Amino acid sequence: MYNEVVTVKETVAEGKDITTVRFDLNADVKPGQFLMVWIPGVDEIPMSVSYLSGGITVKNIGEATAAISSLKPGDKISIRGPYGNGWTIPKGRILCVGGGVGTAPIMAAAEAVNDPDRVDIVLGARNSGEVIFIERAKSLSNNVKISTDDGSLGIKGTAVAVADAMMKEQKYDVVLGCGPEIMNKYLLKACEENGVPVQLSLERIMKCGAGLCGSCVINGLRVCADGPVFTGDEVKKMSEFSVSKRDHAGRCVKL
Amino acid sequence: MITLDVSFAGISMKNPTMLASGMMGETGSSLCRVSEMGAGGLVTKSIGLEPRYGYPNPTLVELPYGYINAMGLPGPGIELFEEEMKDALKCNVPIIGSLFAAVPDDFIELAAKMKEYGASAVELNLSCPHAKGYGMEIGIDPAAVGKIIREVKGSVDITVIAKLTPNTHLLLDVAKEAEAAGCDCIAAINTLKAMAISVEAKRPVLFNKTGGLSGPAVKPIGLRCVYELSEVLDIPIIGVGGAETGRDVLEYIMAGASAVQIGSAVGRRGLNVFNDICSEMKELMEKNDISSINEIVGVAHV
Repeated sequence: MYNEVVTVKETVAEGKDITTVRFDLNADVKPGQFLMVWIPGVDEIPMSVSYLSGGITVKNIGEATAAISSLKPGDKISIRGPYGNGWTIPKGRILCVGGGVGTAPIMAAAEAVNDPDRVDIVLGARNSGEVIFIERAKSLSNNVKISTDDGSLGIKGTAVAVADAMMKEQKYDVVLGCGPEIMNKYLLKACEENGVPVQLSLERIMKCGAGLCGSCVINGLRVCADGPVFTGDEVKKMSEFSVSKRDHAGRCVKL
Repeated sequence: MITLDVSFAGISMKNPTMLASGMMGETGSSLCRVSEMGAGGLVTKSIGLEPRYGYPNPTLVELPYGYINAMGLPGPGIELFEEEMKDALKCNVPIIGSLFAAVPDDFIELAAKMKEYGASAVELNLSCPHAKGYGMEIGIDPAAVGKIIREVKGSVDITVIAKLTPNTHLLLDVAKEAEAAGCDCIAAINTLKAMAISVEAKRPVLFNKTGGLSGPAVKPIGLRCVYELSEVLDIPIIGVGGAETGRDVLEYIMAGASAVQIGSAVGRRGLNVFNDICSEMKELMEKNDISSINEIVGVAHV
């Protein structure tokens, strides 16, 4: 899909500074894939699809995300994509672990599975204001757990600690994780300890989005084209994972 | 027995496909990855003296027949690039350091560093159509190009490739001047200056407004340029521009190219494109009684 203009149908305030923008997507999109979203005059940024029929969920952290957050029904945005590999969802039991706005691609995965008995979901965030998609998670899963770092909602603690306990109680065929890199790091460790295969959706500075420019590489793997979803085995081989990233000039920066 | 190995301008490669500058060439690890996928040679991202962020997005427009990009020459700068070159050299294929600068002295400094880092050659970016003061702005002036090449060749003992722009009626003059100045090889073409406009947004899509068109749309132009260049030059030519199949690469070689760089196809066909192109070439060569690349360089000049 080449720079297609879509009309915003609905916007939903999901939590503190977190907004979902819904539109009709005229393309087949797999959960875990992303769109390049252009806000004319502002920027173009990669956004994971949170609703397979058309929707992105954005946290207001900068100019571009502020512009997306302030969109109103009827407004137009330009999108291209979808890009990236998406999740590989196996048969069997799935544990989805989302941290903060990283919950967006996790929900798309749960939506694709469409079987509440087969999907368990952990929604993690720093505080209650940042826990998103609670009702939607409960409609997609019969086992939803919520955790916050400050205990203001659900279990006090990290999403990884909750997921770790769940893995010790129940056999999962795969864990799908998306959150801050520090969460991904400990989730990878917990999955290894529990012997559960894991897929992690990673993030780096992305420019072209189409596998060309190389700005988003981690140890030679392009987050935009080889990812954004990587298997635990792939991530384990990345010496840059949870250690460093590249800035807009391609310089190595410690995390 | 069909062989794909090529040797030109002191560069020997196991096959004639090279990664074009600007694709995945900013880090050593990604260069190595491309070599693992079958590229015979690798050209780095164009590196300048200082770190540059490049332009804000949108930096890429995707079209059915190619891309328009205006990245704005982002890069870490030559000092930090030493680390990337150390990683890149582990992959054991020739690494060509692409360089951009505004004046001869800066090109000399960059070329000396690239030589020190272990590059097999330097490719001077005299052709980027979207970076103010660099690339094409210099590369359309035969005298300026001659001066840069003469000074670099006079100061640094390294193979020099000049990558030229098709955005001029003087391409052949620029190339002849480069050859006269001691240039070892010409790479042609860089992207064609282009634009995309959004009707809904009522503005150009790219942040930089204009960019460079690449991909299948430009292949016939690249092919014509290589053909014309090979009629007036004695030095070898590297074909660049929209090649994405074994057939495309053979066309470029028959037009006069000793090797062919692959860029947009990395996005359009994926990283397997180098291995795929080599298999496609072998198959086509077998069907057409061609046993080596050497025997068909420029064969289309009838």
